[in-house]
Amino acid sequence: MIHSLFLINNSGDIFLEKHWKSVISRSVCDYFFEAQEKAGEPDNVPPVIRTPHHYLINIYREKIFFVSVIQTEVPPLFVIEFLHRVAEMFQDYFGECSEVTIKDNLVIVYELLEEMLDNGFPLATESNILKEMIKPPTILRSMVNTITGSSNLGATLPTGQLSTIPWRRADVKYTNNEAYFDVVEEIDAILDKSGTTVFAEIQGVIDACVKLSGMPDLTLSFMNPRLLDDVSFHPCVRFKRWESERVLSFIPPDGNFRLMSYHVNAQNLVAIPVYVKQNISFFESGSSGRLDITVGPKQTMGKTVECVLVTIHMPKVVLSANLTATQGTYTYDPVTKILVWDIGKLNQQKLPNLKGSLSLQSGAPKPEENPSLNIDLKIQQLAISGLKVNRLDMYVEKYKPFKGVKYVTKAGKFQVRT
Amino acid sequence: LHVIMIARGKNASDLFPAVVKNVACKNIEVKKLVYVYLVRYAEEQQDLALLSISTFQRGLKDPNQLIRASALRVLSSIRVTIIVPIMMLAIKEAASDMSPYVRKTAAHAIPKLYSLDPEQKDQLIEVIEKLLADKTTLVAGSVVMAFEEVCPERIDLIHKNYRKLCNLLIDVEEWGQVVIINMLTRYARTQFLNPNINVSPLIERCVYSALAKRKPYVMDPDHRLLLRNTKPLLQSRNAAVVMAVAQLYFHLAPKAEVGVIAKALVRLMRSHSEVQYVVLQNVATMTIKRRGMFEPYLKSFYIRSTDPTQIKILKLEVLTNLANETNISTILREFQTYIKSMDKDFVAATIQAIGRCATNIGEVRDTCLNGLVQLLSNRDELVVAESVVVIKKLLQMQPEQHSDIIKHMAKLTDNIQVPMARASILWLIGEYCEHVPKIAPDVLRKMAKSFTNEEDIVKLQILNLAAKLYLTNSKQTKLLTQYVLNLAKYDQNYDIRDRARFIRQLIVPTDKSGALSKYAKKLFLALKPAPVLESPFKDRDHFQLGSLSHLLNAKAGGYQELPDWPESAPDPSVRNVEVKDSVRAGGTVTLRGRAPGGQACGHCSSSSGEEQKRNRKVVKERRSGSESESEEESESESSESESESEEESESDTDIKKKKKSINLFIFSSSVDPTPSPQVTPVNNFLSSSLVADLEGLSLTDTVLTIAPSSSVRMYELLHRITGEGLAVEYCFSRQPFSPDPHMVAVQIQFTNNTSSETKSLHIEDPKLQSGMRIKEFPEIELLPAGESVNVVMGIDFCDSTQAANFQLCTHTRKFFVSIQPPVGELMVPAFLTENEFKKEQGQLMGMNEISEKLNLGEKCQSDHAIVERVTAKANLSRVPCGSEKENRFAGKTVSSGSLVLVTVARKEGGGAQLTVNCEKMVIGTMLVKDILQALTQ
Repeated sequence: MIHSLFLINNSGDIFLEKHWKSVISRSVCDYFFEAQEKAGEPDNVPPVIRTPHHYLINIYREKIFFVSVIQTEVPPLFVIEFLHRVAEMFQDYFGECSEVTIKDNLVIVYELLEEMLDNGFPLATESNILKEMIKPPTILRSMVNTITGSSNLGATLPTGQLSTIPWRRADVKYTNNEAYFDVVEEIDAILDKSGTTVFAEIQGVIDACVKLSGMPDLTLSFMNPRLLDDVSFHPCVRFKRWESERVLSFIPPDGNFRLMSYHVNAQNLVAIPVYVKQNISFFESGSSGRLDITVGPKQTMGKTVECVLVTIHMPKVVLSANLTATQGTYTYDPVTKILVWDIGKLNQQKLPNLKGSLSLQSGAPKPEENPSLNIDLKIQQLAISGLKVNRLDMYVEKYKPFKGVKYVTKAGKFQVRT
Repeated sequence: LHVIMIARGKNASDLFPAVVKNVACKNIEVKKLVYVYLVRYAEEQQDLALLSISTFQRGLKDPNQLIRASALRVLSSIRVTIIVPIMMLAIKEAASDMSPYVRKTAAHAIPKLYSLDPEQKDQLIEVIEKLLADKTTLVAGSVVMAFEEVCPERIDLIHKNYRKLCNLLIDVEEWGQVVIINMLTRYARTQFLNPNINVSPLIERCVYSALAKRKPYVMDPDHRLLLRNTKPLLQSRNAAVVMAVAQLYFHLAPKAEVGVIAKALVRLMRSHSEVQYVVLQNVATMTIKRRGMFEPYLKSFYIRSTDPTQIKILKLEVLTNLANETNISTILREFQTYIKSMDKDFVAATIQAIGRCATNIGEVRDTCLNGLVQLLSNRDELVVAESVVVIKKLLQMQPEQHSDIIKHMAKLTDNIQVPMARASILWLIGEYCEHVPKIAPDVLRKMAKSFTNEEDIVKLQILNLAAKLYLTNSKQTKLLTQYVLNLAKYDQNYDIRDRARFIRQLIVPTDKSGALSKYAKKLFLALKPAPVLESPFKDRDHFQLGSLSHLLNAKAGGYQELPDWPESAPDPSVRNVEVKDSVRAGGTVTLRGRAPGGQACGHCSSSSGEEQKRNRKVVKERRSGSESESEEESESESSESESESEEESESDTDIKKKKKSINLFIFSSSVDPTPSPQVTPVNNFLSSSLVADLEGLSLTDTVLTIAPSSSVRMYELLHRITGEGLAVEYCFSRQPFSPDPHMVAVQIQFTNNTSSETKSLHIEDPKLQSGMRIKEFPEIELLPAGESVNVVMGIDFCDSTQAANFQLCTHTRKFFVSIQPPVGELMVPAFLTENEFKKEQGQLMGMNEISEKLNLGEKCQSDHAIVERVTAKANLSRVPCGSEKENRFAGKTVSSGSLVLVTVARKEGGGAQLTVNCEKMVIGTMLVKDILQALTQ
């Protein structure tokens, strides 16, 4: 299975290597660098690279390439999924997954990798089990450690690995028992030039933050579970009960986790919360162009649309932009050719508008394609699909927990073609 | 710390001796780090590494399972050949360890040892075989992984464990699931018949079609089991698991069922781009074979300008594969927007995609062609070049109608610089020079001028053009051709020189020229078949989907070929776990003292005479059940002490009374299976009269099955001797009976053991107790010789264990049969929480509560065993429980929906208290007996 792992930063330094079987020289990464050079953008590096003796399967996350070395047949998704799990584990442990934090916590990283794979086969990938064995670093603990010389390795043995619910550790205790659920929905859409919807769908997730003592058994039910078309669950959810009763019944992991992700039935028409009027044109002569964009609220169910952000990847020939925004601020980065217009809240009365001219490289032919607009937005207190949590019940434990549900709608991959 | 040096890839081996000394250190962190270090450098410093071995050997004996496990883990990771025997010993020992976690570690250690010393293979296979029989989810994934690495060819080891693996699958950890599913896919390909034999005439093998004609296909229940148990895993959050299930369905499921995977795969497209990349590759392959499956999701493959290029190209591939007459216009409109993209590689791919759509779908060929011709005036040279290449391919299909396009393209030679495009234009003009007789020589003239500066492929095409023109229009082009040939003669490239020489010999008539030149025209101007534009993903599905080899389209090391379906099914009975037992579920264990996993048993219907004898007394139970007018009364009596009822049965002479007591006797005897002396007279009394016509019914109560999830026991309805070759078995499938929720679903399996076919199997003349109802199965019109078929019927037993009697009719005969349910099958699981359970229990006190003390049997001291036995006995679900000593179960009776609550509270020293709360006292009493029996054995 997974033979070795190399972590490589954007400038091509291998800053960590780990081998689960015999050692493989880091020169194997040269093949990766070759592919990286050929691909240009980090996104375009093929996830699977073939070399004479090995296969390199890599992912790119948080500006780090996780390159794993494989020698024999293995499902590529198996490796990719695992590498993402590693990245998530670093994020979980150190707050962020970056070169700096990994270097700072090298010993923990090493211990984690050692526990996650045995001979290249995943052993413990649940954060609850790992945290029992290897305590995450905190400022206080690291101070205590330096003074007393003790370590951050748990002295207790990882009993969670033995239990039938490996995602939860035993003897959890909180003074404030609380369970919060965030229903986050994202609209993926492609709108065409005239504003009609080419394609739209809603994807949602329910993220939970559960801090409850003991072994609570929770049941979450929805007002309208029929909306959910395709679902995937955290392993804690009892699938049989979902099938028969359409309720989520589970013994939750401790802390933050993603309870489920879902897709809303495609037959339901998707409400598009904003409309965009745009006019971008480039002139044949004079090497200039004109840009005029207006954004306004459409189907917002009476809520305010916030954090509206328009991002445009301009063609290479656009040198600079001279625009005026009636609301918010805009920036144009001439190196990456990205125009960002940060609007903020949408005002029903006064629609925000961005207008002005673009200057092009002189002599270059005018770009054929108008750049498409990517839109970000956020609506608080609304799940655009209409999904509503009915109630949350807790069994087994006696105390009364604080419960809360929050709804947010965001734009996912929301694109307007021009 | 040294670890930091290892991590940075520096060599810290000089410090080895100093570090190894720390192995015995008490501090756990230091110990762990030393382990890391040790594993990394042991290979280089073998002698010194040996120093530490004794520490691990001590660890292997530690009372704590986790320490045993980690000692084994590190020991097996040390790659030093000398310690192979020590490792082997440790693995063998750990494989029979009490703790499943240690056994799991042992499974992990197997591939390590195998890679260190492949000669240990035979011994390791023994260990694998042993571990495969393990019934815990913890071990299953790891041991299958070891199996795949050490002995994937030993498919025979799986037979006995197949059903167990299927049933455990959903509870195995996700990484293990992937490995198991992939292995089972291969297994199923060797053991089951192709479910699409009848459906797809596309399968070229004539053998298949011949087979199909002879007998209709019936899916092996084990095949069905696999499909059913993997389906929920499509909902996994782990992309690898979803992909594994998807490929399993693609390779194994009947065509009509494959569709379910599309939705899950489309969901994965929301994931990280690397996941998308892999999924799209697989979808692309699937769309070629099963286009319809993804058609509803067409729009999910639309391309966004922010997608990475490699994703765009794959999506394009999928869109192209999905194109058909109905959606082509939408797709082409999408393509039109893509062509304007700034990403030129992507544009080129789009143009090729349009070309492929045009070849595949005749209706839009002209539209596409026009669109492509418009692209010829594009400012970007790459776009034009790509269009030219595609147009060339399209024109080849119908050149006659498009001479204007050829003319247009001829003009382009002045501007286009991309060699491939130039070559394509020249080839076109040469090939169809008759359609453009005026322009062709002119083009040749221009080309001759620039010949020396052209790329090699262009030069070759110039030569071709010259040769063709010379043959058709030698008057105008003779000199030009000579000139070009002369230029080519002195070219640097030997291919071109060779070609020139070859052409000159062929076309220029000289006195020496041989017979070939006569045929020059035929050689050059032969009609050439139009090229077929194919997807690069065509035929990739001979690799197992989702595998590395599939992704690379080349065999990766260690790849196991996906075998073709067998032409006839291998013996399905190899998967039966018991000898001579008609137990069908996976993971079953007999308690009758027969060795599980012995030789393959015969067909299930061929139960031996010995078994029938044992069943006779059960037959009486049925008789008494159907005759005694006051079932209720007898039940309540049966709760009295066993000895009393036995005495009663002996002393009482009244026949009627006797029959009632037989009923009691059955219960008492089932508590104590060794026949007691009182039994004999009763047995003789009835067996002579009843056995003859009721032989078919068997309730082998002495067989106890343990299955982790869905244990299904088969009962005999009609023995094959009585049924004149027709054997009928039934089981309580514990599935809800959808037409009527108050009925118990009874699955009936007919097996035709005769040499001729049996026709029109149906039910007639049911004799039922008042209130009971039957929902018959649809008539089976034909059952060919040697085949079996499964049907489901529903019976409303009115919450009593009285038998349902009816006649089973074939076209020639009628058989009286009856089905009597064990009390445990009269209920369906109810899902309660602990609080609800307690509340309900509080309302069912007094008369409704029956309590019994018992001593747990040797083998059911653990929670696990108790749960298994109780759920095997009765169709109940488990209720979560705060106390460790208690196990709770809940269910509802099928007809009236009365709650049935069962509590098993363990006490010190193997004792326990069994409590059943149920409104229906009869049911409660009988259930207590049944469970008691299950737990004490």
